[in-house]
Amino acid sequence: MTTALIAEDEPLLAQALRAELGRAWPALHVLAPAGDGDEAVARALQQRPDVVFLDIRMPERNGLEAAEAIVEEWPADAGALPLIVFVTAYDQYALQAFERAAVDYLQKPVQQARLAACCARLRDTLALRAAARGADTPTDDAALLGRLRSLLAAPPEPAQAPLTILQAGVGATLHMIPVDEVVYLEAADKYVRVVTAEREALIRMSLRELLPRLPAERFWQIHRGTVVRADAVATATRDDSGKVSLTLRQRPERLVASRLYAHLFRGM
Amino acid sequence: MPTASVPPPIDSALQRSSAAALLSHGAQVALVNLAIAGLIATINGGRFGHVLLYAQCIGLSIWLIVEFGRQFDPRRTRRWPSGWRGPALIAIGCTLGYAAGTTIADAIFGYSSWRDYLRNPTQLMRDFGPTVVFCAIVASGFWARGQAREQRERIAAATHAATLARLTLLQSQLEPHMLFNTLANLRALIAADPLRAQEMLDRLIAFLRATLAASRLAEHPLADEFARIADYLALMQVRMGERLHASLALPPELATIAVPPLLLQPLVENAIKHGLEPQRGVGELRVEAALDGATLVLVVADSGRGLEAAAAARAREPVDPGSGFGLAQVRERLHALHGDAAAFALAPRDEGGTRAEIRLPLRTRPTASESGSPR
Repeated sequence: MTTALIAEDEPLLAQALRAELGRAWPALHVLAPAGDGDEAVARALQQRPDVVFLDIRMPERNGLEAAEAIVEEWPADAGALPLIVFVTAYDQYALQAFERAAVDYLQKPVQQARLAACCARLRDTLALRAAARGADTPTDDAALLGRLRSLLAAPPEPAQAPLTILQAGVGATLHMIPVDEVVYLEAADKYVRVVTAEREALIRMSLRELLPRLPAERFWQIHRGTVVRADAVATATRDDSGKVSLTLRQRPERLVASRLYAHLFRGM
Repeated sequence: MPTASVPPPIDSALQRSSAAALLSHGAQVALVNLAIAGLIATINGGRFGHVLLYAQCIGLSIWLIVEFGRQFDPRRTRRWPSGWRGPALIAIGCTLGYAAGTTIADAIFGYSSWRDYLRNPTQLMRDFGPTVVFCAIVASGFWARGQAREQRERIAAATHAATLARLTLLQSQLEPHMLFNTLANLRALIAADPLRAQEMLDRLIAFLRATLAASRLAEHPLADEFARIADYLALMQVRMGERLHASLALPPELATIAVPPLLLQPLVENAIKHGLEPQRGVGELRVEAALDGATLVLVVADSGRGLEAAAAARAREPVDPGSGFGLAQVRERLHALHGDAAAFALAPRDEGGTRAEIRLPLRTRPTASESGSPR
């Protein structure tokens, strides 16, 4: 049975979409709606619907961030990724960009004819997918993630110089951390945790802002919230779910690369 | 001897492209000189070619001198010098230009008008007199034309600025995200609960009417301001359901105080959009008015995620090009109306959330209620 999850913070709209989906696609089983981005991610990963309708503006994680998390954390053994449909009242994102990063998008108020067309598109895509079952498509998932990321990326700043030193305040002291000494970086809410062999420090910048200013060939993103210096990695071990666990040269802890970045760690 | 004269045309084309403008001015002056020469030749008789040469030499000389003189305008506008300087420049240009032009034309013909004038000073008066007259006529013609053009440009610029200001105000108040989400809710309600849909539609109508009127009205009573906020909050209430707890407090004695229309609107909108909406669970919003001596204090307080989180989120997700505009607009409007006498502050609350406060100097003159008066 085909199942769908609706993520929408406005209860009336969630109900209405559910009712209209019932009319446009009676065979679709619509799960109870999720009221915010975090709930959408948790419920999607747990209930594994075939289709997810994501409102763009939601409390906590917004629709795009929720999509990013779902794509990234989708277990390898859970079958194909859910088809994503973005729902938006009005956004300055080009609607074409939504289309590239999702199967479809809907504009609120959702009109019946438009919803019917969307459902037809979803059914076609699911049918195609069923026909091609067995064909592994991890590269497509990675590409989808890339498109979501580019939507989420901060607007291009006027040519910022690459960083060679990270300046992290710890109390009244400022630590000057050469980029070469960074073992890995971890997103921590609105900060980034900078970890070197000897210490860790917080810098007041998001990982999204920081990443473009680091040399891409040496700093690899291995998870939504983790960037590692490639030459600081000692070993990489793949587990059953497709995740890769990394040991580091100068730190005891292990890092986990999500399924979509596993391709970075392949024998030569 | 023949005479002619011409001062320069004045217009802002000079500022656009001085070389092209100079050429075009010269051509216009030459045309005027031609007309004057024709007129003089007809009245006084004499050979037209001869008269024309003198007319062109004198007219163009005057023009060049005046054009040169305009470069030294202290305002650097390259229009007419202000006050007495304009006529003085014309007088100087007319005299010097006449002398120079006559000398040049004399040189071409191998003649000396000055010898004639020494012998017969009334001849000088007969020749120079018309120059002065033509000079004055043509100068005032060009002056009037430049003046009219400048006036038109000023009006056009002012109209443009005013339209732009109204448009940006309107755009900030008719936030498309709010509008389309409200319409989506309305669409859902029409089938589910027609009575509530009707009520919501009435609120939306009142809100839209007020928004459109706000760009025309200079001020309205505080009671109307609170009524419009109540409309907006009722719309948000339908959308957010139990997540929104809103309250309004307007002491009756403050109801007639005049305030700029929808001054509080961007603050209430921000409190919801950046404070409450992105936050999970129930949020409080309180709008209140109070008097502090002769100062009206308007407060919009929310229990949302707070300024810091909102700023971090803005850095994280480049969602809104318009964000920040609301606050800037509140500050600008306050400043335009009251200068430094009004104040606006946005601060975190100790118990969490954000508090926006506007302080307005009180004026005693009350205004009639817009909603109460017949039309």
